[in-house]
Amino acid sequence: MTLPDLSLLPDIALAGNEPVFEEPWQAQAFAMAVTLHQSGAFTWAEWAKALTAEVHSGVERDYYQHWLCALEKIVAQKQLASASELVACKDAWHEAAARTPHGQAIAL
Amino acid sequence: MTSHDHDHDHSHLTETEARVRALESLLSAKGYIDSAAVDRIIQTYETKIGPRNGAHVVAKSWVEPEFEAWLRRDASAAIHSLGYHSRQGEHIEAVFNADDVHHLVVCTLCSCYPWSVLGLPPTWYKSPPFRSRAVIDPRGVLAEFGLTLAPTTRVEVHDSTAEIRYLVIPQRPEGTEGLTMDQLAELVTRNAMIGTGLARAPQVAS
Repeated sequence: MTLPDLSLLPDIALAGNEPVFEEPWQAQAFAMAVTLHQSGAFTWAEWAKALTAEVHSGVERDYYQHWLCALEKIVAQKQLASASELVACKDAWHEAAARTPHGQAIAL
Repeated sequence: MTSHDHDHDHSHLTETEARVRALESLLSAKGYIDSAAVDRIIQTYETKIGPRNGAHVVAKSWVEPEFEAWLRRDASAAIHSLGYHSRQGEHIEAVFNADDVHHLVVCTLCSCYPWSVLGLPPTWYKSPPFRSRAVIDPRGVLAEFGLTLAPTTRVEVHDSTAEIRYLVIPQRPEGTEGLTMDQLAELVTRNAMIGTGLARAPQVAS
């Protein structure tokens, strides 16, 4: 599988040519951006721009928090899912977690 | 019941985890992403993901008998002594492979998986069929991973729970007497620490 040019992205932590993740959700967010790009939802240059805007927004966050914010925004901008849909779905996940006994898979 | 106990009655997602799940579930429901494609991309990196602190724990237990004894006695404390804390603070038990016993850990839940120790779970690990098959036919599952055990080796399957997570301590490979702890840690794969593989043999210098 060919991956997009990660060096276009600002300040990304790489080991060799590969991204470094500290938590599972970071890999998930990374992979979603890559697959959306691969399926043509946005160009890699558009993604780099969206991410750069977050990284340079002046808001202090961890790198993949910037990544996640950029992903939510570009997804809304490309009308794949609106901000309000995302919030409603996020709340549904919290509710699903609350009704799921610890140790079982959480499902919506 | 204390409030601490109450927290363990149900699952919890951080705000960030819930946002990521929202993106994935919405975009896949709308057909913009394919979860399998997302998993494939993650798999490309899975050996690099996560701190793999467990590899250090394993290597240390190979070279320091006192640490090994501590790990057998109280793995949570021994692991914490190295500065590795799992976020949920659950109890970790170390299970040691030997010639006569091989341990395999099953868990279908990424929320139940001590990724801070082991690195990210492989995607197949989360699938319910893997779990049920591993319980019914562990040797068959291990064979699919290319691991054929001697008939005299007993297989013990451990199911992670909300309270106890397992770390498999693989056997130290032959021919590693002269290696440093860091070199030894390189031989400890994530799969070896969940029991679907063995520690790698050292590369022979050419």
